Amino acid sequence: MADNTPKKLTLPLTEEAVCGLRAGDVVHLSGPMYTARDAAHQRLMELIRAGEELPIELAGQVIYYCGPSPAPPGRPIGSAGPTTSYRMDDFAPEMYALGLRGTIGKGNRSAHVRQALMRHPGVYFVAVGGAGALLSDRIVAAEVVAYPELGPEAIRRLVVEDFPVIVGHDCTGGTAFVGEKRLG
Amino acid sequence: MREIDVAQITDAVAEMSRRSNVELPADVIAALRQAREREDAPIACEVLDQLLLNAEYAEATGLPLCQDTGLAIVFVDLGQDVHLVGGELQQAVDAGVRRGYEEGYLRKSVVRDPLDRSTNTGDNTPAVVHLRLVPGDRVTVQFAPKGGGSENMSGLWMLTPAQGRQGVVEAIAAQVAAAGGMPCPPVVLGIGLGGTFELSALLSKRALFRPLGRPSPEEDVAGLERDVLAAVNATGVGPMGLGGRTTALAVHIERHPCHIASLPLALNVQCHAARHMTTVL
Repeated sequence: MADNTPKKLTLPLTEEAVCGLRAGDVVHLSGPMYTARDAAHQRLMELIRAGEELPIELAGQVIYYCGPSPAPPGRPIGSAGPTTSYRMDDFAPEMYALGLRGTIGKGNRSAHVRQALMRHPGVYFVAVGGAGALLSDRIVAAEVVAYPELGPEAIRRLVVEDFPVIVGHDCTGGTAFVGEKRLG
Repeated sequence: MREIDVAQITDAVAEMSRRSNVELPADVIAALRQAREREDAPIACEVLDQLLLNAEYAEATGLPLCQDTGLAIVFVDLGQDVHLVGGELQQAVDAGVRRGYEEGYLRKSVVRDPLDRSTNTGDNTPAVVHLRLVPGDRVTVQFAPKGGGSENMSGLWMLTPAQGRQGVVEAIAAQVAAAGGMPCPPVVLGIGLGGTFELSALLSKRALFRPLGRPSPEEDVAGLERDVLAAVNATGVGPMGLGGRTTALAVHIERHPCHIASLPLALNVQCHAARHMTTVL
């Protein structure tokens, strides 16, 4: 019988909280996080590589790979599930190096990303792809904080309550993905 | 000759854009429930529980099932005794997409230039329209919003004839295993077998419109569908790639004659949000 009693964690994440997570843990997150996906990552990386200031603080934060659908009247955000994470794999190690604590998406990550999780330390959460209506219901506030011209790909600051995720890769090299081996 | 105003096609596409993105078809819900019954791994159960709950939330709130409300795929079967009047077909379909995606608060996910990602067309047009002339005086319009994550995991192989049936099963199972959790499993697999390079791809897309789990009417093809499904589920990839018995909900194969030198094989991967609707005019 399934026992998925979730761990409850408050955002932003402390190093201690990240180090206590293991692959396969079901976690409910509450607090602020940022959305960013392909186009926003390209812009953030241009700034990082030019040594310029970023429009958001990365230290301790969680980035959700998400491009929501438009908010209907009376709701903070539309459907808001995860997008596939591997497209951000080239960017993630540098962002973890700058203090990013966690990312949320769907699908496996590269070995480079997993090594970054072990080094800094950090965590990669999986949200259930295609559960965008359910996940939207756990988002209590949303505002665009950078790149509004990118539309669904703008960076948003969300506030979530009991946002359900599963630990995909942890900071000890553990993984929940079938066919992947433990690192380290 | 029966005349049909293309405004009717616009209306049908607009309504199907809105509804297909919110209402998960009953055949898909039934397949997800059956999958949930089969699973006992905690994470697989958690994922499937969330998906079933998500379908209820979407219906109750009117929110799209998934934020990726897709690129609009439209198959038009045009009866050859029909005369379309009042405008051009592609423009009529695009007008329906434009209206449906705006009124339904659906995400606009189309860039005009594949190499310039800042060129979002702003209204989710153009739709991809596949037109087929058929006997009769009706127009059948099938609509599917196709998500990018699963489309990205699709593939096409020009196998050698000697690779045969086993080669087909192995190519599909290997592709699905490599894709892992990325296309949002449990997936639905549309497969085009035979034809040519481009026809196999088109058949694989068309195969996704078949009611979920309805086997091919050709017994040997239905047998191949069962074998591919078994091989894919034996990978253990499971819901969202986190392990389990259900990697695919269904396998649909469309077969076509091909050249003596060729064995074209196309796989179109569809996520579990297998959204599709049909209107007959």
